[in-house]
Parts: sequence; structure tokens; C-alpha cells
Amino acid sequence: MRLRLRGGTVIDPAHGVRGETRDVLVEDGRIVADPGNVAHIHEEIDVTGMVVMAGAIDLHTHIGGGKVNIARAMLPEDHRGDLVDRTALTRSGCGHAAPSTLTTGYRYAEMGYTACFEPAMLPINARQAHMEMGDTPIVDKGAYAMLGSDDFLLRMLAANADQQAINDYVAWTITHAQAIGLKVVNPGGISAFKFNQRMLDLDEAHAYYRLTPRRILKALAQAVHDIGMPHPLHLHGCNLGVPGNVETTLATMDAVEGLPMHLTHIQFHSYGTEGDRKFSSGAARIAEAIKARPNISADVGQILFGQTVTASGDSMAQYRNAGVGSPRKSVVMDIECDAGCGVVPFKYRDQNFVNALQWAIGLEIFLLVDDPWRIFLTTDHPNGAPFTTYPHLIRLLMDKTFRSEKLASIHPDAQKLSHLGAIDREYSLYEIAIMTRAAPARTLGLADRGHLAPGAAADITVYRRDPNPEVMFAKPAFVFKDGELVARDGAVTKVTWGNTHVVKPPYDPAIEKELEAYFERYHTLRLGNFKIGDDEMCECGHGSKLVRHGCRKA
Amino acid sequence: MSTSATEHHDIACPFCGLACDDLRVGVTEDGVEVKANGCVISRPAFARAGTRAPAAPRVGGTLVLLADAIAHAARILNDARLPLVAGLATDVAGARSALALADRIGAVTDHLGSAAKLRNLIVLQGSGWISTTLTEVRNRADLLVLMGTDVVSRYPRFFERVVWVAETLFELDSAAREIVYVGDVKDTSAGIAPGGRKPSVIPCENHRLGEVLGALRAIVAGRAISRDEVADVPVATLTALARRMTAAKYGVVAWVAGDLDFPHADLTVQTLTDLIRDLNRTTRFSGLPLAGTDGDFTYSQVHTWQTGFPFRTSFATGQPVYDPYHYGADRLLASGEADALLWLSSLNPTRLPPATTVPTIVLGAPSMQLTHEPDVFVPVAIPGVDHSGHFYRADKVVAVPLRKLRESSLPTAAAVLDGIRAALG
Repeated sequence: MRLRLRGGTVIDPAHGVRGETRDVLVEDGRIVADPGNVAHIHEEIDVTGMVVMAGAIDLHTHIGGGKVNIARAMLPEDHRGDLVDRTALTRSGCGHAAPSTLTTGYRYAEMGYTACFEPAMLPINARQAHMEMGDTPIVDKGAYAMLGSDDFLLRMLAANADQQAINDYVAWTITHAQAIGLKVVNPGGISAFKFNQRMLDLDEAHAYYRLTPRRILKALAQAVHDIGMPHPLHLHGCNLGVPGNVETTLATMDAVEGLPMHLTHIQFHSYGTEGDRKFSSGAARIAEAIKARPNISADVGQILFGQTVTASGDSMAQYRNAGVGSPRKSVVMDIECDAGCGVVPFKYRDQNFVNALQWAIGLEIFLLVDDPWRIFLTTDHPNGAPFTTYPHLIRLLMDKTFRSEKLASIHPDAQKLSHLGAIDREYSLYEIAIMTRAAPARTLGLADRGHLAPGAAADITVYRRDPNPEVMFAKPAFVFKDGELVARDGAVTKVTWGNTHVVKPPYDPAIEKELEAYFERYHTLRLGNFKIGDDEMCECGHGSKLVRHGCRKA
Repeated sequence: MSTSATEHHDIACPFCGLACDDLRVGVTEDGVEVKANGCVISRPAFARAGTRAPAAPRVGGTLVLLADAIAHAARILNDARLPLVAGLATDVAGARSALALADRIGAVTDHLGSAAKLRNLIVLQGSGWISTTLTEVRNRADLLVLMGTDVVSRYPRFFERVVWVAETLFELDSAAREIVYVGDVKDTSAGIAPGGRKPSVIPCENHRLGEVLGALRAIVAGRAISRDEVADVPVATLTALARRMTAAKYGVVAWVAGDLDFPHADLTVQTLTDLIRDLNRTTRFSGLPLAGTDGDFTYSQVHTWQTGFPFRTSFATGQPVYDPYHYGADRLLASGEADALLWLSSLNPTRLPPATTVPTIVLGAPSMQLTHEPDVFVPVAIPGVDHSGHFYRADKVVAVPLRKLRESSLPTAAAVLDGIRAALG
């Protein structure tokens, strides 16, 4: 079966293709070279005048795992505003802030996304994350295992274990939790909160282990580098949401001493203390710092106004924020000497000074960082806003006039404190394609995704051009997943189950002996029952394929 | 007949919410036996699961082929206007398939444990809470308050595995932990420390725990109590408990919603979780809401990720409509609104369908002793014995893998449910 998409305008930044009119051919789920012989084409779709890109990739979206399900359980009132009908093809569910797994998959696909990465998978809860992602149709999935407040690592560091042992532990965890990346959230802080510490700055010592976040961060960044994992250490830094945290964030960038690092939802970590209200934008300094440090990448975690829910591994920060949640309810959990979590619903208001400035800060970062290969489009779904707001966010980036109108409507003091109005930049389609396709695929090491060259997986999104980018990006004309037409004009046409992407870095098996003893002495689960096998992954994922990516040193 | 036993290690037990995963289980042609790390629940449950009971599907009491039973079940569900999919004591795969079927036929779903679970859920949805998990309790808790429960009647190895442990991570001497029982608790012997130190016991009727907790909140907040007793508990006793709670480094209150069996128990849970929140202003204190038995968490986790709601949801309109009062199985059967019942209990053969005159389909473990012959009975494989699967533990975080211990000719609940869905036409 060979399919030709004829006459589209192809944007494929991985190969520097900036909008060429050409055909894209698909065979057996892959993009193939043009055979030059029309007789070999079985089906043809005329996409003349339309924009053809690889399927979009969201490298940071909370779609599966314990805290996401707690968020769902907490929000019946939010679900009731967006109940989803079953159809002959699709299951019923709920949408908006904490959508059901099924709706999540359908809506991502309908929006032209073909891969989503869960960024905070607790190793002890990895099985749940994979089961939820297994029930998330169509899109590819993957997850970053979270370490940094787990007592095994903190004990190792406190005992001055050598880096090789830490590398083995990280590689072992990545392998057996079935992850593709390594995440650290508030390094050491989630553990410190269990010892009643309420803040933990970069160079502050953990009350029990006497370790600093700097030390933990360095060890984990080094491990990711030594193991050769494609995606750098994925960091949710110290002091999330705290005015003045821009200083911590800048110091954090240098704490890894030149090693690669990805700072996630950096908007929440870019706050100064200027002005009467002691809350100001640190975006310019952050953007300069990113420009000056080629080892650093970031995603924004843009907030958009409206009701949402924040679900984070950062129990310390979420406990702190619980009082400003809306509706006023929260769950904060300490979890298994492994991690923690906190869920706090939030309603971001454009007439609230802080929220309005947060909105402007995110956009400033987007527009001031000039390298779209190192800044990624996220709302930290659902923490800044639900992922379904992406088309709106893309319009804010691409349309200066629209942005100015919105800026004029937010809290006046926030307008005054923001430089957003002075920034004229408008993202091009090419830049949008970089930050939503080519760059995420590159940073995650997905060699055959995020681009359209022969050999790539045929994850393809075809957009009808529209002067309003929000309209264009909301409902692509055609979405193909591994060569199959899965959505048309914003409606699912076929339900598939996607692949799960993992890395399996090698490790010294001796680490498992140590871990086995540790689990037996201190845990309430046996090591053998912690490990998730490949067969189990397939059972969890409706037979979804497990795709193993290489590590540099594997 | 072969008598050679195969031994399986580190087996997880799905027969109570604690889901201990360190069992050693022997399997022969004749049966299944817990050889080590068993308890009063797991030993008989594995033995019963191991019995090779006659296991053919029945329609109207007559033995039939599986395909015929499935076809008959599909006809009943096709003809129903408001079918009920209930029981649901099953593993993750069973829950997934039950939901796919319920969505397809526009059924109402309810788990057999939802009345108890609702006492917690109303609080979770209304205000949330601060909670913890078993390994944290095991390593950190210096004060453990058991609120209205002995815990061990439902979770026999709780103290062995979580409280009186040989080692902890933070130099805490587990034998020195303080244990306090509050409420109507008959047997507090599990709370006796290895050295013989007795737990504190503050008796009161469980339905008056809310008053006790309210008084504790007042004392913690520094307010004067103008009475000598609250719910027949001397205020001095409560003042002493409040002092211990505020002095704890990592205090934990465990409760079991099923043991808070009185009207409006959610208000007691609310006051309890509010107290925990208050205590966190100065120290660390967490709740441990224990459940999990008969797969109640397993089911509600899947239901929540697939629909946004935990249970008691109607798919009749084509959307998931959640109403924790209206869509109770017992209520819908009593009112006559439900006109067919599909009852699933693959984990526990003692959980029988409610007495009803509506057409009934039962998917159960083969040893299920039904009091009334249903229209359709399909014996199904037992998760964690006959097939692999997943089961959520009492603290809601850890999903333990269940292992297949032997070959079985029985279909899984998931396979039967998928078969019914396929046969609907």
C-alpha cells in the first residue's frame, strides 16, 4: 500500500526544508522515496496549498501516573463542563483540565500531535503511568523517570558513592521503570519536605542527608551524560513559583558545569522581586542566559487564563501553593521513600496581577530566546493550561497584533511591568515546526520521528492554511500515524494505540544485588515486583510496540 | 496424578488491600498452598482459588459452551434499557474490559465497595488531604494513630510489614513507635510493641469520632474546651494526645473507611483530614486511608483514568454521568430502574450478587456458591493464580503485578467481557 500526499508545502526543519512544494510518499508506515512511477501509487490525496509537517511531539505533558489520576478524581465539577460522547469509533470520557486517557489521545491526535511524553514518572508508580498511557490511544508515549529525592540515591550521595555506582543506579532505574529520560524535581526538596523543611535553595543543606540540591543535580546530570542517554537531565528546579527564583535558576544553569540540561516549565522559575509588589519578570535575564549557554535547553510552561489543575511531583512547592488554589482543595502526598506529589487546582485570572505577569513572562521567554531548537512549546499540561490551548498559544507567538490586544486586556500593573509590548517578533511556521517537531525529536533521540525524510515513521500532519494560526493548528485536515489516517478535519477516523519509546542503558548488574537487599530491608515491595518487563508493557498498551532507542554508549 | 510442587517466590496476594508481595506459594495438580508469609486471609484464599471446581458455563442452570453463554449474556444486555455492571472485584484488565462494555451498552457501573469508599471520596473531591504510603510509614512514622479501626482484621500483616519492622531508613527504632487506638476497637493486641509496651487506647463509639476529632482540632489550635469530656473521653486525655501529635516528627493517622460504618461518616473523615492539615503547620503529619480489598482501588483507578470519575457512573446518555448517590447498584435494583445485572467478582468467590428478579449474568471464580441460579453463569480465571494481572495496594500508589501460577482452561474475566461486547452485534 503506497500513498502519495500530492502538492503540499513541506516544512521539515530537520532537513532545512522551509516550505517546498513536493509530494510525500508513504508505504508500510514509513516515508519512502518517490519511485518516479505513478503505477506504484495506490492512493493519492491532493493536499495542494496545504502545509505538511511531521506529527507534533509534546515533550512535557502530564498524561499518566498517580498524580494525574488524583487530579482527575478531584475534579468532577471540571469534567462536567466537558463530557465527551462515545461514537461508533471512540469511547466516551471527559476533557478539559484533567482529561480521561482516551480523550487525551483522541484530542492530541485531532490537533496533529503524534507523540506525548509524561515527564514525572515516579519509579515506584511507573506501572500505573504505563497503564494509563497504555489506555491513551493513537499517540506515541514515553516517560521520564523521576529521581533526586529517593532515599537510595540520597544515601549513596551522602556516603560519597562514586559516580559509576550512581550511573549504574540511574541506568538500572531507567531500564526497569521503562523510561526514555531522567527527571529531577526540586532536587532533594521532596525528601526534605518529609523532614519538615519548607524550602530548599540550591546551596541549602538537606536536614538529614546534609546534601545540597547542587550536589544532587550535578550527580544526576553527570549520570545522564556518562550513560549517554539522548535527552539531557530534565530539571524542575528549586523554588518553583517563588518571587526572586530567577537568581536560583541562573545559578542552577551553571551548577551542572557545562553538562547538557533541560530546564522545564522555566516560566515558573523566572520571577524577580522588583516593583511595589515584589514580583517581576526575570525573562530577559533567563533568555540571555540560555543564549549564552549552548548546553541548556528549556520548555516554557506557558500559563493561559482559565481553570486548570496543577499536578506536580514537587510536594514541597505544592504544599506551599495549596492556599492559593481555586477551587480551594489540594492533595499532598509523601510516596514510598521514592518521591511525592501535590495536586492543586488553579484558576489563572487575567485581572490577577501575579497571573497576568506570569502570562507575560512566559511569552517574553518564548520571544526573547532566539534559538527555537532549544526552547519548546509547552504549557506543562495541565499545570499552566490544558494542552488543548496550544493553537491559541501558537497564535500568540505568530501574531503580534493579536498578542498586543491580549496584553492590553490583562491587569494594568502587569502590563506596565512587562516588556512584552516592545517585542515585535512573530514566530514563523518554520520556527513553530522546529519547536514542536524537529527539536523535540532531536533532544529525545527519536531518529525516525519529527521529520519527513525517507525512512522516517509516517507521522504526518497536514494543515489547511488560514490567516488565523489558531484555526489552522486546531483542526488539521489530515493526521497520519505510522502511515494510517487517524484524524481528518479535527475528528478521529481510526483508533490505533501508538508506540512506547524507551532507552535501555547498560549497567553493572552488581547494582541489582544492592537494590534487592535495600528493598527487602526497607521497602514494602520486592525488587522483582518493582521491575516492569517488556511483555508487561505490551499487555498494558493494547499491544502497543515498545521501541528501544540507543544510548551513546550502549 | 503428579504431586510434585512448583514453588513460586515473591508472589503478590490480591486477597486483601495490603497486597503483600513476598509470598511463597506451592502449586501442584491438586491445589495451591501458601508456604511462607501467608496470613489468615491469604492462606484460605489461595487454597480456595486452587480448588479445581467443576467449571463449565451455565445458562439457566444448564451446562453450555462458553460461546453460548456469551451469546445469551449479549442478548440479555441488548434487550436491557438500563443494565447494571456491578461487583467488579477484579484486576486492571477486568476493569478495563468491564468499562469498555459498560460504555458500549450504556450501562451504569458500581463497585461492591463503593459505599465505604464514598466516605473518603467526598472529602477528596471537596477539600483534598495530606497523605502518605506504606513504605513512608514503615520508615518514618514515630506516632501512629489508628482511628476507629484495628487495621489487622482487614489487613492481617499490617503491623508485621509496616510497623514492627527490623530496620528503618532513618535510625528510627521501630519498637519505640507510639501506637494510639482511638474509637471502638476490640482487639488492640497487634499494637503491643515487640518489647511488650502496650499501645494507648482511647475508647469511644466510632460514630462519635467526629466529636473527638473536632476537640483535637480545637486543642491543637490553642482553644479552650469548656467541658471535661467529649464523647465520653476526658478532655485531659485528648489534650495529652494533641500534645503527642504536635510533638511527633512524622505522625500518621490510619483509618479504614469500611470501619467507619455510620451515617455521614464522610464528615468524620473531613474533620480528621482537617486536623492533619492543621498539624502540618508546624510538623509533618499524614493520613493513611487504607482500602484496596476486593479491588476497590484497582477498579476506581481504571474508572478514573478512563472516565474522570471513580465509579457509580451512568453511560446511558452516551457520556459518563457521575452521581455517587443515584447510581448505587442497590438503589437502582430496589427502585426497579435497572433491568439487567452483570455481576463480576473474579477475585472473591464470596462476593455474591444482590438478590434480584432482573435477568442476571454472573462472572465469578469457579468456587462461587450462588444462592440463586442466575440466567448466565460464567466461571472465570482468578487473577494472580490462573493468569497474570495488576492489583492496586491499600495506599493507592503501588500497583503490584499478579503472576500466573498455573495453567488454567478458564477464560479471564476480560476475555469474557470482550467476548460479550463482540457478540452484541
